[in-house]
Amino acid sequence: MDARIESEPNPVKNPTTAERKSERELLVTRTFNAPARIVFEAWTKPDLLLRWWAPKSFGVSFLSCEADVRAGGKYRFVFAHPASEQPMAFFGRYLEVTPHSRLVWTNEEAGDGGAVTTVTFAEKDGKTLLVMHDLYPSKEALDDAIASGSTGGTWETFEQLDALLVDLGVGRS
Amino acid sequence: MRYTLNRMVQYSRAQLDASFAALSDATRRGVLEQLGRSEASITDLAEKFHMTLTGMKKHVGVLEQAGLVTTEKVGRVRTCKLGQRRLEEEMAWIERYRQLWASRFDELDKVVEELKRKEKVDGRKN
Repeated sequence: MDARIESEPNPVKNPTTAERKSERELLVTRTFNAPARIVFEAWTKPDLLLRWWAPKSFGVSFLSCEADVRAGGKYRFVFAHPASEQPMAFFGRYLEVTPHSRLVWTNEEAGDGGAVTTVTFAEKDGKTLLVMHDLYPSKEALDDAIASGSTGGTWETFEQLDALLVDLGVGRS
Repeated sequence: MRYTLNRMVQYSRAQLDASFAALSDATRRGVLEQLGRSEASITDLAEKFHMTLTGMKKHVGVLEQAGLVTTEKVGRVRTCKLGQRRLEEEMAWIERYRQLWASRFDELDKVVEELKRKEKVDGRKN
């Protein structure tokens, strides 16, 4: 009987919010129905990261996922996408690793314009509020990231769709 | 993927609807033309179009809602200028960014559920 209760799927997905908090900051939030130690574990073990960082719906696949999750340790995620001949690499360093509560890392694939990402895990009543905060070095760096169209999800097809929508928009004014 | 695409299209359709509604009015088209030449305060615009301040505020509000005009209040003067398309692009980008993470987090839920189950089983053994 226990097994049946435990295997009940969780039918309602918690909402994800995203906003540009300021000229230099992006904020993403999401609640998970699990204690912080569990959510933190899924963010800090490469074999677990591999399973959720590149969902199948993106059409991308992981070629490799290396993450030395400790202050000063490096990470390198490499993806393949059918629309792109070259694999895409995302890499940087962990600046801070505080078990179950805080991760800070750099994003260096974009050179000097990369953000510093801080993820905090706040547990309350067995649930964890995750807040992901991207701090860009300047307003221009974040503007440029937005203007590039890339969200880091390698959605080339969406960039094409965007271009089309922008064209539609141009004609109206 | 299709779901995401539909949302994008719906999003832009709503934007276009708002734009077309805003453009259906001759005064508002005139205001856009005027702002295309130079920015102007609501008072300027009201005078040029022989309108009350309140009437012009309403028109500007509709244009602003549609993202065609942006306004900025400095002191007691509200200055209007043509809306930057960049704002729209920014909103679309943030929405895509949100969807990217929402997709990741939905997968992460599965990993988390599995870890929770595992922890319970391990806990029982101890």
